[in-house]
Amino acid sequence: MTELLDCSSSIEYPNARPNEGSTMTETTATTISAGDGPLKMTTRNVNVFYGEKQAIKDVSIDVALDNVTAFIGPSGCGKSTFLRCLNRMNDTIPIARVTGKITLEGEDIYAPQMDVVQLRARVGMVFQKPNPFPKSIYDNIAYGPRIHGLANSKDELDHIVESSLQRAGLWGEVQDRLQDSGTALSGGQQQRLCIARAIAVDPEVILMDEPCSALDPIATAKIEELIHELRGKYAIVIVTHNMQQAARVSQRTAFFHLGTLVEYGVTSDIFTNPTEEKTRDYITGRYG
Amino acid sequence: MNSAATPVKKRTPTDWQGAEMQKRIRKRYGAERRFKFIGLGAVLISAAFLAFLLFVMVGNGLRGFTQTELPVELDFPAMTGGASPSQFEGQNAKANLRTLGVQDIVEASIQIQYGEEGTNLFSTGGWQRVRKEILKNPDIVETKATIYLPVQSDIDVAYKGTGSDSAEAKVAELSDSLSTGFNWNFLFNSDATDPMQVGIWGALKGSLITMFITLIIAFPIGVLSALYMEEYAPKNRFTDLIEVSINNLAAVPSIIFGLLGLAVFLNIFGLPRSAALVGGLTLALMTMPVIVISGRNAVKAVPPSIREAALGIGASKMQVVFHHVLPLALPGILTGTIIGMARALGETAPLLMIGMRAFIATPPSGITEPATVLPVQIFLWSDEVNRGFVEKTSAAIIILLLFLLTMNALAIYLRNRFETRW
Amino acid sequence: MTNSSMEHTVKAFDTDINELRGMVAEIGGRSEQAIAKAMRALEKHDLKLAAEVVAEDKIIDDLEKRIDELTIQTIALRAPMADDLRELIATFKISGVVERIGDYAKNIAKRVPVIASTHKLRPASLLPSMSNVASELVRDSLEAFARRDADLAVDVCDRDQIVDDFYTSIFRSVVTFMIENPKDIGEAAHLLFIAKNLERIGDHATNVAEMVYFAAKGEPMPERDRGNSPTDFVDEPEDGS
Repeated sequence: MTELLDCSSSIEYPNARPNEGSTMTETTATTISAGDGPLKMTTRNVNVFYGEKQAIKDVSIDVALDNVTAFIGPSGCGKSTFLRCLNRMNDTIPIARVTGKITLEGEDIYAPQMDVVQLRARVGMVFQKPNPFPKSIYDNIAYGPRIHGLANSKDELDHIVESSLQRAGLWGEVQDRLQDSGTALSGGQQQRLCIARAIAVDPEVILMDEPCSALDPIATAKIEELIHELRGKYAIVIVTHNMQQAARVSQRTAFFHLGTLVEYGVTSDIFTNPTEEKTRDYITGRYG
Repeated sequence: MNSAATPVKKRTPTDWQGAEMQKRIRKRYGAERRFKFIGLGAVLISAAFLAFLLFVMVGNGLRGFTQTELPVELDFPAMTGGASPSQFEGQNAKANLRTLGVQDIVEASIQIQYGEEGTNLFSTGGWQRVRKEILKNPDIVETKATIYLPVQSDIDVAYKGTGSDSAEAKVAELSDSLSTGFNWNFLFNSDATDPMQVGIWGALKGSLITMFITLIIAFPIGVLSALYMEEYAPKNRFTDLIEVSINNLAAVPSIIFGLLGLAVFLNIFGLPRSAALVGGLTLALMTMPVIVISGRNAVKAVPPSIREAALGIGASKMQVVFHHVLPLALPGILTGTIIGMARALGETAPLLMIGMRAFIATPPSGITEPATVLPVQIFLWSDEVNRGFVEKTSAAIIILLLFLLTMNALAIYLRNRFETRW
Repeated sequence: MTNSSMEHTVKAFDTDINELRGMVAEIGGRSEQAIAKAMRALEKHDLKLAAEVVAEDKIIDDLEKRIDELTIQTIALRAPMADDLRELIATFKISGVVERIGDYAKNIAKRVPVIASTHKLRPASLLPSMSNVASELVRDSLEAFARRDADLAVDVCDRDQIVDDFYTSIFRSVVTFMIENPKDIGEAAHLLFIAKNLERIGDHATNVAEMVYFAAKGEPMPERDRGNSPTDFVDEPEDGS
């Protein structure tokens, strides 16, 4: 019953969906724990309020290490808001209020003893518009390890920079110009630089908020390939409003609608035979 | 979704080539041309005013850098009764000079050369140059030397332009002996009663000390306030009130700050009157709002994506502010600081209120000594009756302008160095 | 489960899908007609009608090619998901199956000139009824496709049993006839083939029905109990039918 799911063998329909065929109520969502491998983050009954307005209603989802999880949904459905809860970036918004329990490796991330700064190193984030620091490529990558004290010597730092750039697939293109400004790279390279920067602080989870929406198709394909390579080393959660990208890149997909989690399941199932009508309407282009 | 229930009324096709359109095009071109000319005209008028100012100042002031001189023959061996050069070297030089009585020697030589009334021809402090010469070159006491000494102010004025009738007569009389030399005194002396002896150094040093104090007080306070208000302060009515107050402070007339300085620093704290410290404090109060405003704008201009990127990899708030926001905001902050400092440099009213209008004959050696600043010095000289001060005032203005220019150039250099390209 | 009645936001998608549905309906109708005509030609020994059936099969072939093209184009351009995707895949496979039904009808028509008269061949009397049932199956399976009716599809699969039963009994009586009238074996053999073609038509109709079920439900049709097949009663070991 508990098979590790592999996207390539999607012809079989592994019975990992516990609530098959049952009607789903608005307030609870399916969570997949069985068959997913070790879980990195769990969320239970998360609500997010911006002042009086409720942006996220009672969402529970698990993020496993071996899966790339995609959040899809129409604009304003709350997928980015929910993503930002996972590394407490919503703390920077004064009127935002988050309730519910979110854990990273079993620790509650909203507990008083959790250091937000360290949390954000363990749960890295890549943003929609590539935003390298206006420093050299080397300093961009080295900044994180420096402020967290991850390297004891210049050699160690060099090693971290090189391995991060290699993991991000950028080393070959920039190895002889590490002192050039990070902002002089092309858009796709800048985004890979930002991914390398997130990798440099040795995270456990990488959150990506529409990472390819500002990039051309070739750069997008490179990033998708990179995500594929990073899978299994880091738990990856990607928010995208390009359904085809979610289909290509993820093993689990969550469909959000007006702040609720409508459906969460194996990606191939969601896109060939979704359970909920709202999901079906959205992915076949009948929404709205 | 796009079903048209009611048919949309058809528009008449636009005639882009018709006469109406051509007229509009011509009007538009005309408006743009007119605007260009008006803009150019505005620029030219401003440039003309500036040119006029420079022309008048330089024209009046250049003469202040020169002085009219007459030669004096000094027969040192005869006058000193055989003094030897070694007396005027080393530590005892100055003491020995005093006993020598250089002034008397000089006056005697003048009387020999130009007659009884000869001393009236020369500026009272002129003999100092002889003293300087001896100190510079003690061997001169064994020779007969001709040293050029500056003339009296009236004669100087008459020689350079038009003066009183008696002075003109003297000039006519001595025309072949008179010559013009560079007025080094002007650059190294302080205030004096004799226009031939005045210099700007005292005021300049006072300005420098005052500016320094202003900078080290206003810059940190202003920048830290700006950072706090933009990055840390919660957005509520209280902070709004503070923000409005600071904005208004920047527009307050400078003389009010002078009153403030008088009441607080002099009366309550009992700091010494006319000291550079008090002047610096008063000007710092005046400059700080400008720095805060430009600092806040510079910090606001840093895009939030940089902050998010830094937060995203686990930088603390302080690290975000000091590693990322501040360096990017620095060019804007520096610009604001320079604007503030340039304004402070030229302020007269508040400093007059705190008493920096005294007659300062020696440059200040510390921050609590009485001092004056260049604009105040200019103001005081312009009040003088003696005709000789006219050109000195203009010359001082030139020095002030040069000072401002240097400050601006330094500021632009610093700003360019810290400017990071996006 | 029927598809959502909402239209796609991109209207051109609906246009394409509707065009494809129309073409599937057309190819189905033509194949049905071909079966009917071929059987009529057989009964009346109408050689002209038979020739028409053979000629018109070309139209069916062309139609299938056009359906293939349009389906591939729609998949490439519209990136269909979920039920749209299943419908298009079903369309693709159904058109191939229906084209083969048309080929069977053509095959029947080709045998008409060889069979002198059906009056002599009593066992052939069941053929018209068999062909009616088979035709109905084809019609119903395409109707199920048009209406996305999974229940009707299941019904079609069940009714195929009737066609199979017809075939079994025709097989027996023709074989008996062959044993009794050796000199008419040739024509009898053709009758056997015709019956076989009709039985295959019934099977293909069930293929269509299975596709319809998959497109509607997203899962393959559950295995049904098959009744006796002609091979069941033969004493020899399985040689195939």
